[in-house]
Amino acid sequence: MDGIRTTEHKPVVVADDVHVVYQVFGTGKRPKKSKSRIARKSRMREVHAVKGVSFVVHEGETIGIVGSNGSGKSSLMRAIAGLYPSTRGAVYTYGKPMMLGVGAALLPNLSGEKNIILGGLAMGFDKKAILESSKSIIDFSGLKEFIDLPMRTYSQGMAARLRFAIAASKKHDILIIDEALAVGDRQFRLKAEEKIRQMRKEAGTVFLVSHNMKSIQDTCNRVLWIEKGELVMDGEPGEVCDAFISSMEKGDSE
Amino acid sequence: MNLTDYALSHGLKQVGVRPRFLEYLGQVWRRRDFAFTMALYASEAQNARTRLGRWWLVLLPSLQAFAYGLVFGLILGDLRPANFIPFLITGVFLFSFFSGSFSAGAKAITSNTGLLRTLSFPRILLPLSAVIREFVNFLPQLALLPVVMVLFGQEITWDWLYLIPIAFLMFLFSTGLAMISARLTVQVKDLGKLVPFITRLMFYSSGIFFEIERIFEGYPELLAVAMLNPVYDFISLARGALVNDMQMTPFLWVVSSVWSVGVFVIGVFFFWRAEARYGRD
Repeated sequence: MDGIRTTEHKPVVVADDVHVVYQVFGTGKRPKKSKSRIARKSRMREVHAVKGVSFVVHEGETIGIVGSNGSGKSSLMRAIAGLYPSTRGAVYTYGKPMMLGVGAALLPNLSGEKNIILGGLAMGFDKKAILESSKSIIDFSGLKEFIDLPMRTYSQGMAARLRFAIAASKKHDILIIDEALAVGDRQFRLKAEEKIRQMRKEAGTVFLVSHNMKSIQDTCNRVLWIEKGELVMDGEPGEVCDAFISSMEKGDSE
Repeated sequence: MNLTDYALSHGLKQVGVRPRFLEYLGQVWRRRDFAFTMALYASEAQNARTRLGRWWLVLLPSLQAFAYGLVFGLILGDLRPANFIPFLITGVFLFSFFSGSFSAGAKAITSNTGLLRTLSFPRILLPLSAVIREFVNFLPQLALLPVVMVLFGQEITWDWLYLIPIAFLMFLFSTGLAMISARLTVQVKDLGKLVPFITRLMFYSSGIFFEIERIFEGYPELLAVAMLNPVYDFISLARGALVNDMQMTPFLWVVSSVWSVGVFVIGVFFFWRAEARYGRD
């Protein structure tokens, strides 16, 4: 455990030498003509996205995650959420993590309202509780006039709003927000950040992946910087963000 | 002290590992509402974009039965089974439930990546929900069957009620099969391509429009194998219940019950074994 930051507080997330390796099929031949037989035959590529990351997160911490595109941030978050279990190493958590990412609608052909109900049921709510809270979820999402339209008709920002509202309606011990706020407008981002701070007060742990340094500095009290699948820096938000920004500006992340 | 011991000593649990079998079944049971609700919503949504909407649920199999009846009725000539229309429609309707749940099961995981990447829940709920949806879609056909029987001169008997246990057995079988195919198509994508082919093969070997006993008369070994085909057994039971002069034999009941319970149990277990793998691409 050398060099791992621990405190007296109760640990809630422990990442122990986490590796994430994707096996990608069907990449096809490389555009460049290759004479090597192996290169021609193998249609599978291994992508080592996270290379042995270890850290301990304690109760009441809000962790910002920074790093350039493709640095392995999202892969690490998916491993913590258990949606894509680590290939080697392990993640331990106290309570069930909930992850909010960008991307597709939950069930694109169903209306926003039905997505709320199904999302709630999948999270383990009982139906009565969801029907009771669905009004407040709709209000928080601010999508009242579109709530009976199929989710496939929503813009990215609208879908993000709805997913955030669903996730935030239940108290989670650990909430992972992976750039889910990036596509939302300013008003929604402020509302969401307020909700995150509130969750932190209720002793929830929040991971916030973002390229918005202001958003990270406003909400987090610790920042991890991930680059090329490795943990580069772990510390105070101001310090880490400054180091990250100056490295990006120098362009020495190559 | 290493990190793992540190985590475990503070009561943390490892994520992304498959729960024990019984614990898993418990989780599934607590979220059964999700499977049912998703099935109902998906069934509604499926036909919401067409003008005739839910009428397609009975229209499509009826058109199929009409087409097969016309084509094979002519080809078969004298080999045509007695009470051809009730015989054929029972076969086509029941088969449409089987093939629907087979292909829905095969797509249950691969077509729900949005859900899998966002929420963690016992993944088996997805193939289960897919089969429930197909069963919901099957109900109007099940209700239409007695009407067709009356229209084509079949006697009304108490035996018709046997349709209920038969439908139940088919549901068990289809659920097990959906779970097996849901896992296989995740691990070997190529198998997804074979689903329509296997369905076709089953269609022609389950005696939908002909009597297996008559076609295989001279080949007792082939007939013995064909009679163990579960889809044939379900359909024959339903014909025994509905169509005049056809019998539900104890043999059919035993074989189809063994298939249903066996495939269901194996399916649940087989799917659970790979629980930590779903959604990993």
